[in-house]
Amino acid sequence: MSKLSHEPMLEMFIFETAQLLEQLEQVIINSEKISSYTEHNINEVFRIMHTIKGSSAMMLFNSIASLAHSMEDLFYFIRENKPQKIDFTELTDLILEGADFIQTELVEIENGREATADSCLLIEKIKVFLGDLKKINQISDQSCKNNEKAETIKQQQYYIGSDSFAPIPAKKMFKAVVYFEEGCQMENVRAFTVLHNLKDLVSNLHYFPSNIVEDDSTEEIIRVDGFKVFFSTEYSLEIIREILMDTIFLKHLELEELVGAEELIEFEKNQQAKLRETQSPEIKMIEREQDLEAHSKSLNQSIISVSVSKLDTLMDLVGEMVIAEAMVVQNPDLRGLELDNFQKAARQLNKITSEMQDMVMSIRMVPLSATFHKMHRITRDMCKKLDKEVKLEIIGEETEVDKNIIEHISDPLMHLVRNALDHGIEPTEDRLAKGKPKSGTITIEAKNAGSDVLIIIKDDGKGLDRDGILKRAKENDLLYRSEEDMSDGEVFNLILLPGFSTKESVSEFSGRGVGMDVVSKNIETIGGSVSVDSVQDGGTTITLKIPLTLAIIDGMNIKVGKSRYTIPTASIKESFRPEENDIITDPQGNEMIMVRGECYPILRLHELYNVETKITNFIEGIIIMVEQDTKNLCVFADELLGQQQVVVKTLPDYIRQLKTVKGLAGCTLLGDGSISLILDAGGLFNL
Amino acid sequence: MAELKENIMEVEEDTQKGRYLTFSLGKESYGIEIKYVTEIIGIQEITEIPELPEYVKGIINLRGKIIPVMDVRLRFKKEEKEYNDRTCVIVIDVKDVSIGLIVDTVAEVLTIPEEGIVEPPGVSKGFSNRYIKNIGKVGNDVKLILDCEKLLTEDEMEDLNSAL
Repeated sequence: MSKLSHEPMLEMFIFETAQLLEQLEQVIINSEKISSYTEHNINEVFRIMHTIKGSSAMMLFNSIASLAHSMEDLFYFIRENKPQKIDFTELTDLILEGADFIQTELVEIENGREATADSCLLIEKIKVFLGDLKKINQISDQSCKNNEKAETIKQQQYYIGSDSFAPIPAKKMFKAVVYFEEGCQMENVRAFTVLHNLKDLVSNLHYFPSNIVEDDSTEEIIRVDGFKVFFSTEYSLEIIREILMDTIFLKHLELEELVGAEELIEFEKNQQAKLRETQSPEIKMIEREQDLEAHSKSLNQSIISVSVSKLDTLMDLVGEMVIAEAMVVQNPDLRGLELDNFQKAARQLNKITSEMQDMVMSIRMVPLSATFHKMHRITRDMCKKLDKEVKLEIIGEETEVDKNIIEHISDPLMHLVRNALDHGIEPTEDRLAKGKPKSGTITIEAKNAGSDVLIIIKDDGKGLDRDGILKRAKENDLLYRSEEDMSDGEVFNLILLPGFSTKESVSEFSGRGVGMDVVSKNIETIGGSVSVDSVQDGGTTITLKIPLTLAIIDGMNIKVGKSRYTIPTASIKESFRPEENDIITDPQGNEMIMVRGECYPILRLHELYNVETKITNFIEGIIIMVEQDTKNLCVFADELLGQQQVVVKTLPDYIRQLKTVKGLAGCTLLGDGSISLILDAGGLFNL
Repeated sequence: MAELKENIMEVEEDTQKGRYLTFSLGKESYGIEIKYVTEIIGIQEITEIPELPEYVKGIINLRGKIIPVMDVRLRFKKEEKEYNDRTCVIVIDVKDVSIGLIVDTVAEVLTIPEEGIVEPPGVSKGFSNRYIKNIGKVGNDVKLILDCEKLLTEDEMEDLNSAL
């Protein structure tokens, strides 16, 4: 599988899983120390196992996936039933053993070898432990336990079954030639996916080129001659065709039924003989080794892995440096002095620090493509299981965001795509009845918008059910005002509230009762927001607005009374001193200003935040026009202090727990060491 | 190795055990378990944050780290007192939350033996008892030992009342 390690997805998988394992070990060991598992820890382990299960299944590492699955089951039981009598040492041993197993497999995969070890034994052990746990805690009755046992046996068989190709009496022989689209690359890996898809349905599977997994040069052969597969199956031609047509990047498929088995085997033998002629096994081995070596060498030279915490520290340090630079350059002691040389040197310093900042930022920037492409797999699998036809379209995958942010949006995105597939897109017959195209479409789009990145997940499904949502919200006491007053948008956004989940039954894909509120919470922790829009029978659009980076922004510092505020420069349109006769006050006391024939509302910062200031007359202060999306708002402040790059710090946890202050995105330190509050342009509009 | 580490931890805990930082608010003298205390600083410029409860004064810049500060007088519903050069901020760290407590004056670090610590009276007359974990006796003096964790958790009753 040497070729696979070039794939960004695999690298990401190894890295993520390794990280998760580290977390897991920490949690487990901490828990053992206090010899109890807190609810938080259990959830944590559950989450880790869930993620490992999902991603390893996606990467076709079945032994890891099934192991993770059994551990997940175990912790699911613990989480749901909170059993009192747990043998913690044994539990810890089991989990650590599992973690070690996955770790070894990861190393194998990383070194470009196949992960071959079998996790059956371990899974069996975990199952036994879970069974014992249930017995001791007497939560499940006898019959339930029997079921569990039966299931265990059945699953065991499955594992064996999938490994050894048991000769099933086959009825028909097929020959299929698969051609991939030009330029899709890694044809051999894609061919392997084809095999994997067929594996469970067919027997006597033979293919040419036969060494696709080990030999990268087969890529070329597949590209030119197509990938030939011979197999026998009891399924009909149509079913096989359908499965093969699901292949990603498929250009052309030739599928025909063969008359006799002899032909197949003959052909296959011929092919192998030919191959042997051209390449003796020894040479092949050496080549492969060289290839491996070269690969690992080049990898070592061009990429080093750095722990994220070091990068975070570097980022913090650069942030501190930016502040320190401002402290020096804007030092009050320098005021009024003519310092030509100093200014020159200061400009040089400024140039270097900003370059350094850009560099640090770019190190942390990762394109969204890998995260988006994970969704292909999910869509495919779910379509098959739910028997729906859905096309996934990805736009703007090259958009880059901060590494930290990627981690936070991966889960929500997966959740949203699953939701769209499971609840949004209607079954085929419903779609046809509504006159929609047979296959649904889910579009994931990413684009830059000022200092934000918008990720839009759109489906053309049935849309949200306004009445259903209202009813549900009423039952759960989530309505904050009378339903007649609420706009569609407000109603739809109700689904983001905690405690709201319209789906009664928890399906396999939509998780175990995690709802949209988790999505919204995840996005909010990185300073983003979620909005929902929907058209009955037209589909649902969910927009995630996330900041490009968490760290450093260009800001304009303003003063109101004794307080300082910072407005991100990206959202400032202009600032000016107003004229008396441009100000308009309507009968309700709302103040507005006329600028070049357009009328804009004015927001007095000192009134909004109750700050004492002498400047309350518009003509003495300054107006800053802030733009968000297409809306404009004029913010009234005492004076402008100047533009500066500021390091965004979140408000202390304690304060965020107390209350989310509207319109505040965080805080920052100014050159003189004082604190300035960062205003969030979007938040100011929603006051 | 692990054992050694544990030993060190124990020793560290031992030296901190039974030691309290005492401070005063008006006439009363209070104590905080020393393990919570990170440092004591003089009062400094506080940046107000709008819309917060009165007792959360705002945030301060502690060598690049931004921490919230709480006026303990206001937290205990005592009348506000103007800050002077004796006013101190005790920075405490409770469950990874750093917060500064504004107090009138900081007195000293005391060792109160275990037998000197008693439970507060069972029947609470006022709300302020909620924040008192124990009562420490030192000679003839009484120190009210604060429950730092409760100090930081917003009680829902108060929230409800203010919402009504």
